[in-house]
Amino acid sequence: MGGVGVRGFGWRHAGRRAWAVRGVDLRVERGERVLLLGSSGAGKSTLLAALAGLLPEDSGEQEGTVEVDGVDPRADRERVGIVFQDPETQLVMARCGDDVAFGLENRGVPADEIWPRVDEALRRVGFPYHRDRPTAALSGGEQQRLALAGALALRPGLLLLDEPTANLDPAGAALVRRAVADAMDGDTTLILVEHRVAEALPLVDRVVVLEPGGGVRADGPPEAVFAAHGDALAADGVWVPGRTVAPRHAGAAPGDLLISADRVALPPRLAPIDLAVRAGEALAVLGPNGAGKSTLALLLGGLLRPGTGRVAATGELAGRDARTPPCRWRAPALASRIGSVFQDPEHQFVTGTVFDELALGPRRTGQPETAVRAIVDGLLDRLHLAALARANPYTLSGGEARRLSVATALATAPRLLVCDEPTFGQDRRTWLELVDLFAELRDAGHGVVTVTHDPDFVAALADRRITVTREPSAATT
Amino acid sequence: MISIEPVATPGAPLARRNPVAKVAAALVFSFTLLATLDPVAPAIALGVELAVLPLFGIRYRVLARRAAPLLLGAVGIVATLVLFAADHSGRVLVDAGPVLITSGVLLTALGLALRMLAVALPGVIVFATTDPTDLADALIQNAKAPARFAIGALAAFRLVPLLGQEWQMISMARRARGVDAGRNPLARMRLFVSTAFALLVGAIRRGARLAVAMDARGFDAGTPRTVARRQRFRAADGLLIAGAAALAGAALAVSIALGAFRPLIG
Amino acid sequence: MNHTDNHRWRTIDIVVASVIAVAFGVIFWAWGLVWSATDGAFAFFPPAQTLLYGVWLMPAVVGGLVIRKPGAALYCETVAAILSALLGSQWAGTVIPQGMVQGIGAELAFAAFRYRSFRLPTALLAGALTGLGAALFDFLVWNAEYDLTSYRMPYALFTIVSATVVSGAGGWALTRALAGTGVLDRFPAARDYRAPV
Ligand SMILES: Nc1ncnc2c1ncn2[C@@H]1O[C@H](COP(=O)(O)OP(=O)(O)OP(=O)(O)O)[C@@H](O)[C@H]1O
Ligand SMILES: Nc1ncnc2c1ncn2[C@@H]1O[C@H](COP(=O)(O)OP(=O)(O)OP(=O)(O)O)[C@@H](O)[C@H]1O
Ligand SMILES: [Mg+2]
Ligand SMILES: [Mg+2]
Repeated sequence: MGGVGVRGFGWRHAGRRAWAVRGVDLRVERGERVLLLGSSGAGKSTLLAALAGLLPEDSGEQEGTVEVDGVDPRADRERVGIVFQDPETQLVMARCGDDVAFGLENRGVPADEIWPRVDEALRRVGFPYHRDRPTAALSGGEQQRLALAGALALRPGLLLLDEPTANLDPAGAALVRRAVADAMDGDTTLILVEHRVAEALPLVDRVVVLEPGGGVRADGPPEAVFAAHGDALAADGVWVPGRTVAPRHAGAAPGDLLISADRVALPPRLAPIDLAVRAGEALAVLGPNGAGKSTLALLLGGLLRPGTGRVAATGELAGRDARTPPCRWRAPALASRIGSVFQDPEHQFVTGTVFDELALGPRRTGQPETAVRAIVDGLLDRLHLAALARANPYTLSGGEARRLSVATALATAPRLLVCDEPTFGQDRRTWLELVDLFAELRDAGHGVVTVTHDPDFVAALADRRITVTREPSAATT
Repeated sequence: MISIEPVATPGAPLARRNPVAKVAAALVFSFTLLATLDPVAPAIALGVELAVLPLFGIRYRVLARRAAPLLLGAVGIVATLVLFAADHSGRVLVDAGPVLITSGVLLTALGLALRMLAVALPGVIVFATTDPTDLADALIQNAKAPARFAIGALAAFRLVPLLGQEWQMISMARRARGVDAGRNPLARMRLFVSTAFALLVGAIRRGARLAVAMDARGFDAGTPRTVARRQRFRAADGLLIAGAAALAGAALAVSIALGAFRPLIG
Repeated sequence: MNHTDNHRWRTIDIVVASVIAVAFGVIFWAWGLVWSATDGAFAFFPPAQTLLYGVWLMPAVVGGLVIRKPGAALYCETVAAILSALLGSQWAGTVIPQGMVQGIGAELAFAAFRYRSFRLPTALLAGALTGLGAALFDFLVWNAEYDLTSYRMPYALFTIVSATVVSGAGGWALTRALAGTGVLDRFPAARDYRAPV
């Protein structure tokens, strides 16, 4: 079970002129484990959706054929299990056990077999709680594991995973990867999408690289593919293992203090913490899932009121407003001084097109239209979004949406930039571009705070790091 | 925070009854009471409701918090009636222009307020003790509700607390992008509308993705579904409904016997 | 696609219809949060209350216009009512039959056009009929003791007018706006408004 045959496949989403993916020919034999690579927007997620039979005819236009075990997956989904990038939207039921049981009920599995299979699936992914636990009480990593259990319980012949460890802390990501490794038996075919190749390689025995313009660029055992095409792939944006990036640390010593947090806490989301950000420095905020990093980012961004302690901006950042805390500033003043990038990019968007989204900030700060155009075009170009200027922000691929949300904050060049996971889902090329943009801002005397799980990003950019823990003390280095 | 979790101690004897039976009992009880406008029957019914509360495992303090909007509603009824009562019989107590308060008006107001409380409380009690998942299961298994619709609605209910958080995120995102309303009520109204619109758009988008995820796990594959959680309708559940009907009937009977009964129609 | 296929609900129809109902429940909750926290008085301001009533009837009209299947209006309003009962609304259990009566109103309007027209006149009729359902329910069940000419009649008329304007015209405009954002791309409602990019 689980053999895949794709012939001349192409898909164009309704409302788009460009093909999301085109001219793909691919055979995967039963039991193979494939890592599917390609630059951001190359159509990886679209191809996985097609394999799972989840591209309804009324949502776009198709070329060629897709078959799983010789049948159209749209007609028969029994064979395929899929875990999407965002676990929260794929949990259906209010209790964890019920959620795993959901698929079994749908397949008509006899009632007395359901709970043993649920328990087995939860055990295989190392799920730590009882099955009565509410799904709403899970951290991101736990949700990811639960979604995996929901797919595994169905014993699919073909398992499709779309960036299953995005947004997880390194320990959580390792747990999910181990769960996948343990769950694979000789009969299950795996197709995995993951930008960070090095971590994913132990799970796979074959690499397939999609060409952004269409077709398959390279296909074969990992060592052979990277030996033959390493340079070209790296230039294209693939994270070819073993290629490091040159760090971009600050050239000058940090300048004046911009903002400081003094024993700031918001129970139960964040334990008390101290922090200070200066002009011209890049601070990385690290810590496990659920430690309160995003909460801290919102507090620094003047978007949440602290429970205890205080956030104070200096005159350097706030001018005459320095006496009031940022959470009490009027919104236009706030937006011109502190730029915030939310963890979920879609939370950031307030307009209907990519262009307007980028133009909103500069327009609000009163720039003339020609200057607005110049700023927007520059960002579109650098972040490889130019072809999408008229697209709706919510139809972007995962990586594109992330870049757009970062770009909206960059557009007004605020003195302080607070970004939550700015690099997830990026290919190597867009990742480097983002690092450069942050480095330029920092070198121009802005303060940059980034919450991140990405060790490469910390190594490349951060001048200083701080770790948030659940315990009421913070370790700074 | 917005939440649809039950608030009762789960083991209580009546809280454990089949959800369909509980809803049916509440509806039977409430609708019998709707038939009259006098204060006697609702007063008796309220007494009954408060007396069975411990059997549902709800503490009085918790109920008071859950039912707080009801009390506001009762105040509203009295105020409106003072201005717009149909019947101004009885001794005149206050006469000041449009405000004409007579003993008849006060009696009617009392009756209406009691009636509103008595009719609404069973619903509050039932939904405070019922888990949405159990309700959907029971609707499918005991009331022959179509499974696809019950489960679809249930999946959407799971989004309630998430959408509550989403509301806050959208408000923050607007602020971060330089959009706020200050003290101007009109601007606040506009901001409210635009936030609500964004919430609705986000909710529909989530719904569409959720539907895809459900299909991916074979939701609409046409295979007959099995059930993992059995809900049974026992004799005790039938008794609960019968009991509710009998108690409501008894309250009406007492009011008729005392000559207080005033039918809604006629 | 043949006629029966057209009337079968897909999973996305069911879930999105439910989500529309649920989102309105949350919007109501947020209304309380935003206004009663600061300006409690505004919530009791009579025009705001009628507006609220109209908003409350919107799921029926929007559900019917978006899903375009028999039963959509009734289903949305009923789910909205069940949700508000679960959230502990002021009227608790009785909102469920009340929601059904309101939903039937809108449903009749869409049925009158045989589920083929979803333009403004249909929406206005749907709004008016939901309002009629609501007004009848209140007229008989809740307002019986009030004066007929100075309260019950104007209240009923006000409900119908507000429902026609707010939920009928408002629901129609809202559906158009939703289609413009692209979230309805998998519904027939979207096809009329979008050009490719
Ligand atoms: N629902 C949609 N409607 C319209 N266009 C879409 C939709 N989903 C994706 N696209 C477009 O299709 C292209 C391929 O998207 P896809 O999500 O498959 O990329 P991807 O390879 O998974 O990228 P990433 O690595 O950034 O996740 C992108 O240009 C994207 O903007
Ligand atoms: N709006 C909210 N209301 C209540 N609790 C919340 C809210 N948002 C987050 N939490 C909880 O607060 C804690 C900290 O959340 P936060 O999102 O700040 O963590 P984080 O460090 O950013 O985690 P991650 O790495 O997974 O993004 C978590 O336990 C979370 O469940
Ligand atoms: Mg993707
Ligand atoms: Mg976070």
